[in-house]
Amino acid sequence: MNAFRRHTGTFALVFPLTLFLGVFFIWPLLTVLQQAVSDPVVSKNLPRTTAAVSAWNITSEPSDEMRTALVDDLKSLDDDQKLGEVVRRLNSAQPGFRTLMRKTVAAVRDSTGPISLAEIDARWNDVAFWRAIAEATEPYTDRNLLAAVDLQHDASGAIVAMPAGESANQAILLRTFAVAAVVTLATCLIGLPYAMLAAALSGWRRQLLLAAVLLPLWTSLLVRTAAWYILLQDKGLINSLLVSLGLLDSPLPLLFNRTGVVIAMTHVLLPFMVLPIYSVLIAIPRNLMPAAASLGASPIRAFLHILLPLALRGIASGGLLVFMAALGYYITPALIGGPKDQMISSVIAFYATGSANWGMAGALGMVLLAVTIVLYGVYGRLSMKTTGA
Amino acid sequence: MTIRLLKFLFGAATVIFLLAPLLAILPIAFTSSSFLAYPIPSFSDRWFAELATEDAWRRSIVNSLLIGAGTTLLSTVLGILAALALRRRVVFAAALRTIFLLPMVVPAVVLGVGLQILFAGLGFPNTFAAVIVAHTVVAVPFVLVSITASLEGIDYRTERAAASLGASPAKVFWKVTLPLAMPGVLSGAVLAFATSLDEVVLTLFVAGPNQLTLARQMFSSIRENISPAIVAAAFLFIVGTIFLGGLLAVVHRRAARSAAPA
Repeated sequence: MNAFRRHTGTFALVFPLTLFLGVFFIWPLLTVLQQAVSDPVVSKNLPRTTAAVSAWNITSEPSDEMRTALVDDLKSLDDDQKLGEVVRRLNSAQPGFRTLMRKTVAAVRDSTGPISLAEIDARWNDVAFWRAIAEATEPYTDRNLLAAVDLQHDASGAIVAMPAGESANQAILLRTFAVAAVVTLATCLIGLPYAMLAAALSGWRRQLLLAAVLLPLWTSLLVRTAAWYILLQDKGLINSLLVSLGLLDSPLPLLFNRTGVVIAMTHVLLPFMVLPIYSVLIAIPRNLMPAAASLGASPIRAFLHILLPLALRGIASGGLLVFMAALGYYITPALIGGPKDQMISSVIAFYATGSANWGMAGALGMVLLAVTIVLYGVYGRLSMKTTGA
Repeated sequence: MTIRLLKFLFGAATVIFLLAPLLAILPIAFTSSSFLAYPIPSFSDRWFAELATEDAWRRSIVNSLLIGAGTTLLSTVLGILAALALRRRVVFAAALRTIFLLPMVVPAVVLGVGLQILFAGLGFPNTFAAVIVAHTVVAVPFVLVSITASLEGIDYRTERAAASLGASPAKVFWKVTLPLAMPGVLSGAVLAFATSLDEVVLTLFVAGPNQLTLARQMFSSIRENISPAIVAAAFLFIVGTIFLGGLLAVVHRRAARSAAPA
């Protein structure tokens, strides 16, 4: 009896948070994924055509039912906004649909009797247009996911690269990875020696070094970004100092470019590198380095063969943490960077709030989410081993 | 000798890199000029006055406090319950823990897009409830970690002793477990409040014009018309951080003292 009550009790305790995160965390993420692959515009607004086209084999002459169904659908679709969505969707699959539909809709709306599509425009005899409709009536699509990495289907359905200049997602993804990698490297180059220094010191010196890491970590991200915004300006503290010291004639451009983004992100993420390395280093027995030295190893050799391998797990944890966080950054590039420094998060935000293109926002979000979760999995295994050891 | 000097220089340079941005901007909060630059012509409290009087700033501060309070309450209650459950042997404990901590790493923009669509579908977009719920999702992991850690420090025998003396499970929780876990609960609550105060990206997606928070207002002012009012707001943030940090230190010191054998 007790075991049963304990189990129901535990369930009652864990249920609220599970439900809460299920509804407000897992569900939204699934919604994003669904947006990425769903393509309901045509099937929702042209229901009869969708039904008629589903029986068609894509290669033969379009049937009369299909033509009648399309005319009927166009007659009953009197919402111009929805019609616009349908036309946009079809035109993206088959250029020429915009003019064809404008002409057809005008004719359908004017006439009262039966209409022959072929008489309105000869293009309605072209199988390519009907094939575009047939593909667009599929409720699910890999179009957005392919477009997220600059790929598309060609006329025969094979996956090919998009024409150059049409989409820049690959470039933005590469840029995001590059910025994240540079920031990870920079935090490592500063963070590793800093953590070593803090671990080697003792007393108030160590406390000071640790406080210097923890204080920014505690300070609002926005405050830190605002601080860099102010420092990096042409008339900001850094440039004024350099000019007044006579090191520069004119201010260095530090704001609204890559340099500024990297500096500010390095500052923001440095604590996430220092703390894991530090926690590994203080666990290393302090007599290892003197022992190596007494056996004749030079400091560099002792560092490379003793300290670095032992610290590697901390470096890997810190590196993953920083890289993962940097990939999803939005605020710092949005405020400090120029248009050429926007990372994938900014593009997702643009598609979602700027142009209401939920499909593309979802597809890019899916790419970002997948990479982050894989990295988190690696990080989880790594930290499990560390605590298990 | 040179190595020691190099170490000192490196350490000093990095400490300056870490702390200087925060210290360098603070005096600008008290400038009398409308420019965010040195030298400061003279000191004045005009920008703090602007925060208190100008409608957009004043309302955003009130909104931040309201949303922060709601987030703290909701995430602390959810966090306590889940932490109590994870302390027992639960099936799928590892999986549950992973899911509970996942909001810390999921990119905020992706979650923001999903929440915006979800709230629109559920029929409460642009409401205080939506913003509080969104903030709670990202605050809950911090609360959970903090409370779990403090529960781990409790000796089971204390609770068993209370139960053997006839206390009901509820009474054991209120009179024994909760008071012993209080330091963790309080630091979790403080972390939740701080997370909510600082959250921008989710707010950007789920808040309407009536729920603009201080962080959100700072974000758009930096983009549009950067004025020393932002630094005054940042000053408030930093003072608030130091206050909350001090509060936590006091709580932990007290807990440590009462836990120490007399």
